Amino acid sequence: MLATDAPPSSFLRVPARAGAGRMRSRGDRVFRLLTLAAALVLPALVAAIGVQLWEASRLARERFGVGFLWHETWNPVASQFGALPFLYGTVVSSAIALALAGPAGVVVAIYLAEMAPSWISRPLGTLVELLAAVPSVVYGLWGVFVLIPWLRAWVEVPVSLHLSRVPLLAGPVYGPGLLAAGVVLAIMILPTVAAISREVLLAIPGSQRDAALALGVTRWEVIRHILLPAARRGIAGALGLGIGRALGETMAATMVIGNTARISASLLAPGYSLPSVIANEFTEASTPLYLSALVELGLLLFGVTLAVNVLARMLVRGAVR
Amino acid sequence: MHRRWVAAWALVGLGVLSLVGGVLLPGEGAPVTITGAGSTFDYPLFSTMFARYHQLHPDVQVNYQSIGSGGGQQQLFAGTVEFGASDAPLTDEQQRAHPTIVHLPITVGAVAVGYNLPGVGSGLRLTGDVLARIYLGEIVRWSDPAIARLNPGRRLPGLPIAVVHRADGSGTTFIFTSYLSAVSPQWAAKVGRGVSVAWPAGVGAKGSEGVAGQVRQTPGGIGYFEMAYAVQNRIPMALVQNMAGRWVAPSVHGASVGAAQAAARMPADLRAVFVNAPGADTYPIAGFSWLLVDSRRVRPALLDLVTWMIHDGQRYAAPLGYAPLPAPVVRRDEEKLRSLRAGH
Repeated sequence: MLATDAPPSSFLRVPARAGAGRMRSRGDRVFRLLTLAAALVLPALVAAIGVQLWEASRLARERFGVGFLWHETWNPVASQFGALPFLYGTVVSSAIALALAGPAGVVVAIYLAEMAPSWISRPLGTLVELLAAVPSVVYGLWGVFVLIPWLRAWVEVPVSLHLSRVPLLAGPVYGPGLLAAGVVLAIMILPTVAAISREVLLAIPGSQRDAALALGVTRWEVIRHILLPAARRGIAGALGLGIGRALGETMAATMVIGNTARISASLLAPGYSLPSVIANEFTEASTPLYLSALVELGLLLFGVTLAVNVLARMLVRGAVR
Repeated sequence: MHRRWVAAWALVGLGVLSLVGGVLLPGEGAPVTITGAGSTFDYPLFSTMFARYHQLHPDVQVNYQSIGSGGGQQQLFAGTVEFGASDAPLTDEQQRAHPTIVHLPITVGAVAVGYNLPGVGSGLRLTGDVLARIYLGEIVRWSDPAIARLNPGRRLPGLPIAVVHRADGSGTTFIFTSYLSAVSPQWAAKVGRGVSVAWPAGVGAKGSEGVAGQVRQTPGGIGYFEMAYAVQNRIPMALVQNMAGRWVAPSVHGASVGAAQAAARMPADLRAVFVNAPGADTYPIAGFSWLLVDSRRVRPALLDLVTWMIHDGQRYAAPLGYAPLPAPVVRRDEEKLRSLRAGH
């Protein structure tokens, strides 16, 4: 547009600068290709990991077929491998984590985004984000030495004494188990849920709040009827990212879940999760089939976490925009 | 500008050349690097042995990665390391697939059974059969008559037994489950032996420190771990009844005696599991850890190292809680080393 408005005289001087322009555009092209290549490395890496897991698990896939997903036995001595106890433990511990951390995280986010004065919300918000950076082994150690003894003395033993008829709460009390794992995971994903939900709430235009308040609505009603519905997708995404972290958590889960490949109805019973069994048994897995079965567990975990994360990110992106 | 670049590249080039020269054109007493990988159980002993060996032979550097027995086996099969170290021998199937792998017993480990019973000190008596039934989940209370009968005069609490086992694949588990398989036909049929097994009862914890921590935290807990670990952490240990009918506590001596008994009955390939060995002093829950080498790829430097490990190196075992190899086993190792040297 501007070029057509330019006077003809400057038009004549173009050739000399056109050369420079071509030079610049070649440099640009090279640069663009370089950045593109760098950007493509990431999806290529993810694809390569997927292909590698698929290939390395071939032996187990051929031997056990789809039945791998619902077989309950995991017996390295007899070379019988099924993924169900680990899928069960992973899902149940993550579900407990989500049930505890989800509501709590959203409440924290509402306080930080809507109610707290800025001299509280800023440092507190940073602190919440910092909690997400604590190494998981620290949470694991805390789980082993603080949480489990406390849970056993104040929750599990009393509960099993009085409610042992309820299958969900029955059984001998070890301390480590699905409940302990769920609580530790909940604490680990709480900062993720809270920090992202806060972002999502802050992304809602202030004019909406003002308009509602101008109509004489109380603050609670603003949150309940305007902000939460508007942030629904984003909060769902935050929960999804939280559960993504819980699903893949290895170290802390291993330290508190009890590492037992059995499915029991009780939440107090020890269980096992996909990442834990891989971390525990990989080093000493010596037969090809055993290794391959562990890799197939990795493939399952890879697929599940990838799907959950992609879904959650799509939800968050839709909400923040 | 350009000149400075040329000078810089020339310097880099010189550096690369001198590096290549150092590797490709070795002078007198060229450094030898021996790489091995495997058992984490062996690691404390090996790191002491290899540090000492390096002092004696400054030109030999041993690089050992404690990545686990299974990992060590895989790397040896792949030819990426010169020796592996494993707490369990190769299975028959593996040995058939890799016939050139040679087993060399390198040290002896004992496994202690520890417990947490308030008011009951060290020295609770347990037979292999009772131990198997506890780990099968058949005996569930400490006041069970089967335990009380072995411990007359002790008041045992009515606590439920909290069984703890290793969650990670481990040579300690291999020795322990080999023992249970040897003493209990039921265990052998239902569970069997291995570095990881399908445990019928209890919770799994990671590493000896994890098992010990779990036992210490749980009143009524029972677990197994390397003897050195139990001794260092003063965990009450059970006396186990051996073949001769005597009640023995885990000790370096008891494990060595058992290994010596095993030497006589050892197969030619030295893949001997000697749990529940005869002998009055024998502690029955013990086993070898092996060095694995590939007979197609043994350098004299490696054979020299192994020879030192089975002789002078053994003196570093006992202080670290490993049992030294008894003389008859050392002789069997020597024979193997001789044939490896001859084949070279």
